[in-house]
Amino acid sequence: MPSISRDEVAHLARLARLAVTDDELDLFAGQLDVILQSVATVGDIATADIPPTSHAVPLTNVFREDVVRPSLGQQQALAGAPAAEDGRFRVPRILGEEA
Amino acid sequence: MTSVYELMDYAEVIERFDPVLGLEVHVELHTNTKMFCGCANVFGGEPNTQVCPTCLGMPGALPTLNGKAVESAIRIGLALNCEIAEWCRFARKNYFYPDMPKNFQTSQYDEPIAFNGFLDVTLDDGSLFRVEIERAHMEEDTGKSLHVGGSDGRIHGAEHSLLDYNRAGVPLIEIVTKPIEGTGERAPEVARAYVTALRDLLKALDVSDVRMDQGSLRCDANVSLMAKDATEFGTRTETKNVNSLRSVERAVRFEMTRQAAILVAGGKITQETRHFDESTGSTSPGRTKETAEDYRYFPEPDLTPIAPSREWVEELRGTLPELPWERRKRVQDEWSLTDAELRDLVNAGAVDLVAATVDAGATPAEARSWWVAYLTKEANNRGVELSELAITPAQIATVIGLVNSGELTNKLAREVVTGVLEGEGEPEAVIEARGLKVVSDDSALEKAVDEALAAQPDVAAKIRDGKVAAAGAIVGAVMKATKGQADAKRVRELIIARCS
Repeated sequence: MPSISRDEVAHLARLARLAVTDDELDLFAGQLDVILQSVATVGDIATADIPPTSHAVPLTNVFREDVVRPSLGQQQALAGAPAAEDGRFRVPRILGEEA
Repeated sequence: MTSVYELMDYAEVIERFDPVLGLEVHVELHTNTKMFCGCANVFGGEPNTQVCPTCLGMPGALPTLNGKAVESAIRIGLALNCEIAEWCRFARKNYFYPDMPKNFQTSQYDEPIAFNGFLDVTLDDGSLFRVEIERAHMEEDTGKSLHVGGSDGRIHGAEHSLLDYNRAGVPLIEIVTKPIEGTGERAPEVARAYVTALRDLLKALDVSDVRMDQGSLRCDANVSLMAKDATEFGTRTETKNVNSLRSVERAVRFEMTRQAAILVAGGKITQETRHFDESTGSTSPGRTKETAEDYRYFPEPDLTPIAPSREWVEELRGTLPELPWERRKRVQDEWSLTDAELRDLVNAGAVDLVAATVDAGATPAEARSWWVAYLTKEANNRGVELSELAITPAQIATVIGLVNSGELTNKLAREVVTGVLEGEGEPEAVIEARGLKVVSDDSALEKAVDEALAAQPDVAAKIRDGKVAAAGAIVGAVMKATKGQADAKRVRELIIARCS
């Protein structure tokens, strides 16, 4: 049984705002399945006394001093924006959702 | 404006249902910098001037955790009687929304820094109600959107939106209660009292501005109803945009009466986010989600885990200031207050204000009389919190001092305070501009006394005959002539001296 279904791939594509065609869904579902199966082999050796690793380097408590550093200027901040207005980023209207 | 909803009479709601509350409070820390970058954390700057590649979500920019924010989070947790995690991580909460430039919010998911606490809140009658705290976790605030083209600045009907990311990345602590049961008819009061207590606590900790009007303290109220014979919680709604303490109470009460009407009519409550409208005191459906939430949380790889040593936690415990309930106990002892007096003081939200006025030189009784008796009324008339009145404890202490030295009568003092509240400046400036100085110049008073005596010769004769009580009529005339700016006691002395 594949470890990821076509429907799941479609769902993930939608969450990631990716337009995926029906043909691509078949293709990616197959490819992702191979990747997931390969990764799953790690599970064969992981035992209860081995905690999942989220960070490769065993560091904790890396903090920054609470000291202000220069920000970008407004112009610089907006330089790459597709559209701007009144010093703000301008975005198309947001449908069906409430801020 | 009347509500478009059927509402049930509140007494009937309580007869048939038990309310269950869950309160989520977001508090913006007032650190110097943002959570994950060195941009300034200041309210009200020009748009997009406190932004950098990290908080704008530029590719390749990496977060660096603000140690001060972690410290504040731990102190908040300790003050809320929470356990502090020995080890915890940040996670990415993935979703697309224009106010979040990274397309994920860096938050804490299943490993909050603080959990399992409680806060005892004081209700209006002085009794305590314990609210259990589920968790307090760290996250970052979003940017601010401005919807253009809509009729009321809301998103419906807007043509496009404008984004200011100054607030994006500001450190936030989200404090979540466990389900609050057993409040009965006091649910709205408990909700308000909890947010009030939390605000006072956060203020005492000096970790946030806690300004609900500026959004540095925000409350989402989850409300559901259980029929009296039910064993499971009902479906809840989450009301947002509750921007004042009074609104917390109103929003909970409104939802209770709205939901009850639906339930008795055989309807079902829709689990949804609702939006509180201050002007009508009602809630309306807010965000509708096309699909179920699927945030695909995963541990944030760019930030190391946080493992506060027990030594550090204890050191931070040592920095906790006197907490509001300890302070209340102490002022009751120091100022010799009865339970009722303390309750009035606390209900008026005047403890800190009175204490500061006392520090500025007034006696506790004088300070209480102004804040609890007089200014509370002023605040009510103006529809603001006592602490939001445009007058400081130092200014009240100044006015009290002027009354004590005889330079102001009580009546004039109230006028001075009104002037200060109206934005006319410091008490001295108001006295000057409004000409409120007590006429203490004896020659001016003597002239007024002579005129009054001459105008009422029969009264003058009585006083000369030793009927001192008759002097009252002359005092009244002099006060009238001096527009109340004379010291009545001094006037009386002058009258007696004149007639002897």
